[in-house]
Amino acid sequence: MTIRVAMTVNGTEYARDVEPRLLLIHFIRDELGLTGSHWGCDTSNCGSCVVWLDAKPVKSCTLLAAMADGHAVRTVEGLEQDGRLDPVQQGFVECHGLQCGFCTPGMLMTARWLLDRNPDPDEAEIREAISGQICRCTGYENIVRSIRWAAEHAGQTP
Amino acid sequence: MQVPAHVEYERATSVAHALSLLNRPETRVVAGGHSLIPMMKLRLAQPELLVDINGLAELAFIVLDGGQLRIGALARHADLLDSAVAGECFAIFHDAERVVADPIVRLWGTVGGSLCQADPSEDLSAAFAATRATAVIRGPDGERTVPVREFHLGPYETVIGRGELLAEVRVPVRPGTGSAYQKVARRVGDWSVAAAGAVLTLDGRKILQAGIGLTAVGAEHFVAAEAEDYLRGRAADEDSFQAAGKIAAGHCQPVADQRGPEDFKRHLVAELTTRALRRAAARVSS
Repeated sequence: MTIRVAMTVNGTEYARDVEPRLLLIHFIRDELGLTGSHWGCDTSNCGSCVVWLDAKPVKSCTLLAAMADGHAVRTVEGLEQDGRLDPVQQGFVECHGLQCGFCTPGMLMTARWLLDRNPDPDEAEIREAISGQICRCTGYENIVRSIRWAAEHAGQTP
Repeated sequence: MQVPAHVEYERATSVAHALSLLNRPETRVVAGGHSLIPMMKLRLAQPELLVDINGLAELAFIVLDGGQLRIGALARHADLLDSAVAGECFAIFHDAERVVADPIVRLWGTVGGSLCQADPSEDLSAAFAATRATAVIRGPDGERTVPVREFHLGPYETVIGRGELLAEVRVPVRPGTGSAYQKVARRVGDWSVAAAGAVLTLDGRKILQAGIGLTAVGAEHFVAAEAEDYLRGRAADEDSFQAAGKIAAGHCQPVADQRGPEDFKRHLVAELTTRALRRAAARVSS
């Protein structure tokens, strides 16, 4: 049995007939082909799958695609605006914020959410914000620095 | 790859609609889904129908109303953590919410979902038990209320029957009351090894009423009743708090698991109960 699921992803309307049990992360990756969001632990521990649902980050391995029907999703592909990297993306470039890069899409989406709410977070606030996400390279120092870089360079990316 | 088994999905458009859908057997409510969906992936839960109540805005509120703090079942953990009125009335809720999972999960997980999941290691059950809150349940025959201290029948089991829905939790607000929650976990965002919540109502230095909730240590209904009885009428001082901690540790039933042996958990119960009582008392005067 399938149901019709429609949602806006990064400003584009999509509709698919899917099984109700399909998880949002698989809808995004397999149905829409947007493979920037990563499917990691499958247990809502690692945060590699974080996307935004209606302007709030969510671990998309722990949400059914059906639950996002009629809502707006933003993925890491939606961070770049008019060919310009978001400052959080640029921060990860400047500060070596990724090694293997697996956790990066989730880290970027959470970082953007944090900075939208708190444009000048201190280190403790950044660590709290990403505390539900795991970097398997243990590269947290540089991730925190990257997010600080973004805070200090808001709206200044080339 | 973890995938839930086949399931049907309906989105409730009103509480009445939700109740009609919930009348089918093997039906589960989904709100935040952060406990239920992982359990479905592992086949620990295998409902035939999910009723999505995320659209029921009428269940998403936190208000002070006639001497009660009323918390809708669909209030998110983040809403409770951000609620100034909740924090002023009961600091225990802010203490507890700060250590529930992580900030992303707290955006989606709900207060009602936490109570209904009835996980022995879940933090809010002990917090609501300590505050002597009341659960408001809606069903086909109208509304009924159940003290949170009678809400849980055991691990993953509550008094909610077929065709019923937890609508809200009501917490009585009393003057001269302070509260606190103390938890030890292996790492940030993890379940409790042990945790204790305390609510004290004082008349000067005298304890009029004490509420103590315990998490993850096999306390019946999440309550340390013997320690509460001991405190009632005594002075709110260090001797009382330490003695109450020891009583709570003696009466709970922790089991050894990967989070630690039984004696370690009893030690934590004694220490965390004492600390929570100390902090609760300090918050009365402040």
